[in-house]
Amino acid sequence: MPAWLDKIGFRLILVVGVTAILIIGVFSYFNIRSHTEVLLAEVERRANQLSETVKYSTRHDMLFNQRERIHRQIRDIGEQPGINRIRLLNKTGEIVYSSKPDDIGKMVDKNAESCFVCHSDQKPIERLTISERTRVFRLHPDSVRIMGIINPIYNEASCWEASCHVHEPEQKVLGVLDVTIPLADVDAQVQSSRLEMTIFALVSFVALSCIIGIFVYRWVEIPVHTMVTATHEIAGGNLNHALPENRSDELGQLARAFNHMTRKMAEARLQLFQSDKMASLGRLAAGVAHEINNPLTGVLTYSSYLMKRTASQPDIQEDLKVIVRETLRSREIVKSLLDFARQSVPKKSAADICEIIRRSLSVTENQLRLHRVKVETNFNEDMPHVVVDSNQMQQVFINLLVNAADAMSESGGTIHIHLARINLSPYGTTQIRKALCNKNHNLMSPDIKINGLPTIRLKAKSEGAEGFLYLDPIYGSHQHEYGILSGNIMSLQCPQCLTSVINESVRCPKCNALTYSFEVAGKGVFRGCTRNGCDWQQWPIMDEAGVREFVEIKVRDNGIGIPPEDMSRIFEPFFTTKGQKGTGLGLSVIWGIIDNHDGKITVESIPGLGTTFTIRIPVKS
Amino acid sequence: MSSIKDILAVDDEPVVLTAINKTCTSERLKVDCAESAAEALKRMESQDYRLIISDIKMPEMDGFQLLAEVKKRGITSGVIISTGYATVENAVHALSEGAIDFIPKPFTADELLSALYRGLRYGTIVSSENKSGNILPYVPCPSRYYRLGYGSWVYPERDGTAKIGVTDLFVKAMENLTAIELTPMLSDIYQGNSCAQMRDARGLMHAVMCPLSGQVIQVNEELTEAPSQIEKDPFFEGWFYRIIPTDLEYELPKLVSCSSDRL
Ligand SMILES: [Zn+2]
Ligand SMILES: [Zn+2]
Repeated sequence: MPAWLDKIGFRLILVVGVTAILIIGVFSYFNIRSHTEVLLAEVERRANQLSETVKYSTRHDMLFNQRERIHRQIRDIGEQPGINRIRLLNKTGEIVYSSKPDDIGKMVDKNAESCFVCHSDQKPIERLTISERTRVFRLHPDSVRIMGIINPIYNEASCWEASCHVHEPEQKVLGVLDVTIPLADVDAQVQSSRLEMTIFALVSFVALSCIIGIFVYRWVEIPVHTMVTATHEIAGGNLNHALPENRSDELGQLARAFNHMTRKMAEARLQLFQSDKMASLGRLAAGVAHEINNPLTGVLTYSSYLMKRTASQPDIQEDLKVIVRETLRSREIVKSLLDFARQSVPKKSAADICEIIRRSLSVTENQLRLHRVKVETNFNEDMPHVVVDSNQMQQVFINLLVNAADAMSESGGTIHIHLARINLSPYGTTQIRKALCNKNHNLMSPDIKINGLPTIRLKAKSEGAEGFLYLDPIYGSHQHEYGILSGNIMSLQCPQCLTSVINESVRCPKCNALTYSFEVAGKGVFRGCTRNGCDWQQWPIMDEAGVREFVEIKVRDNGIGIPPEDMSRIFEPFFTTKGQKGTGLGLSVIWGIIDNHDGKITVESIPGLGTTFTIRIPVKS
Repeated sequence: MSSIKDILAVDDEPVVLTAINKTCTSERLKVDCAESAAEALKRMESQDYRLIISDIKMPEMDGFQLLAEVKKRGITSGVIISTGYATVENAVHALSEGAIDFIPKPFTADELLSALYRGLRYGTIVSSENKSGNILPYVPCPSRYYRLGYGSWVYPERDGTAKIGVTDLFVKAMENLTAIELTPMLSDIYQGNSCAQMRDARGLMHAVMCPLSGQVIQVNEELTEAPSQIEKDPFFEGWFYRIIPTDLEYELPKLVSCSSDRL
């Protein structure tokens, strides 16, 4: 089967086209039929009139038996255009007069078409309607159709009182006037109507097909093709590929759902990638460390040896100090990579984060000055101590500062380091393990899982659609699964007892939409916003109990920023945007260090405006 | 046999040998170098050394095999193991196999010298106490104590915590202790990693290798104020930390039991 036969577009065109042809066909059939009837009735009326005219114009001559005059009259009328012939038959079937003189004297079979109506009951009928006196026939199969109308000539008093005394008074019908008219005109008209209708049907079919074709192409073919291309891209591993979301129809919804799915996949892959890459990075580091440590031993021993030797020469001492310091830093980097390879925990101790950042700033001072970078800080001294590996954390900040400086243009820029102590609720981390409706039905659904966790199942109705809503069980996470739902939610119910979970009295403080609430077993009420897209949720017991303190460090630069397509990759090992400048180890090592401290590192960037790295380190109580 | 030389350095990397040589020579220590374990053994046949410093990873014969061969041949020189692949396992293994010290690469001249001087003095102390000249690390530490090499000890207490300190031999091996730097409360410390620094009169820092991983819950503050106290009573009053061990069952068997030393 050819491929185009399988296309939705072709099938749609076929179905609509056939339907159109069918409708036009049926319509044409009835239309042409009634048109034909009207035309025939007109011809019939004309024939009858003619017949009556002949009958009355010859009446006088009949009475006085003026045969020659009758012959001439019938012949003259019969020569008129549009008349086939005019005959007058007597009761025995003999043609007495005719517009065609050859016929005179011939006998007509009483069963022949012109007599059949009257003689079908074997005796002449005295009074007949027009349609009963009319017949349509062909002389032979190839000739045109002909309409014939017979007109009986009745016996009248004047007939038998006339001088000729031809007819007896008992005789009712004296003979029949038979007028025949060709139907060539009518048939030609019907034929042209049929042709017109056929052309009309064909044109409609083609026009409809074209219109449907264009719209199917625009509304179905292009988006579906885009989607297929996107699917191939995704399958090929390009998770940055997004579909345009500008449509408001179902395909637009599909595109948005598709993009949402892709984003989730990208996030999952990033996490997977990260841990995987970290592991292989560790193995690699372990192998490389041994090789690097030998040359490093040469440099470190030599330079520190020279420092001892040149204790009396302060100018050389300063230079050597830098070599020793930087080699020691390299040693710590290699060591941290080795630690990482062994998945060992960092050497944590309670430390002053401000002090660590200050040290990092003094190490990078020269480099920052070289790039004409100003640093603004908001250190306040009441920052709590954090339990960290000071060396590793220093490495983190040195890397961030150097990266920021590299991102600056020729004219330099500013780095803001903003410290804050923040309290984070368990928002985004705490899992709802058992949700209950008012009547204590378990709302948890183990069938649909989000990130491997059972979801909260609610029966949902929206404008016209109905289905299930599976809520993300992580407080503050919104990777909900929508069943067949679209549009705004009208009702939310317990799937078992259909009790509504919508709370009419509590409105969402963010968007003023209706909110839902359910009981979390033993852990109070959980509330959320019903509007699709709104992220408001509230779990008061958790908010009060589980607040943890973090130190938040924001390092913001006004450099060139990170292109969106690179954002997902910057924490990958060996990824670099600096061309040959860096090894790219920086950010992936940073990620590993922060992760080792139970911390979080996120990045926001606007190309052209700058990049902000946010690090959050928990303050241990 | 000619007069005894101070140090034999064994490493397959010439740059490391040159660096060790320069550092030692500047301190007027007599050094020989060998680029393989075989060459080192050959040199030891014609020359006595007070101290051997050897890399682990070398082609053909590695540092551990050299250590075993030295013991086998009855050579009394103390052996310091050094490696660029400085894992805790390597360090603990080297010490339990009879190395007197472990020094991770890369090291500074001072770090090298502090280990070398300690090693040299250790040899002197041991051989003077033991007239037979046997340098086997006999450490007089109390029973139910465990030690890592001859440097640090750990005493597991009944309540689940453990006390950590350094042996008197370690203190004696470093000349004239002047200061002790301890890690703060609640730090996590790891077996085989440095957990304290001790400064001698020359200004050299001696790293104390931690015998057991855990979290520090008590620090002997008096020690930092009066470091000399440790010379008087290194095993009792001179303790460093009380820790909550994190992996006692796994790590303790790697240490040498002082009770077994007394047999
Ligand atoms: Zn219910
Ligand atoms: Zn809302």
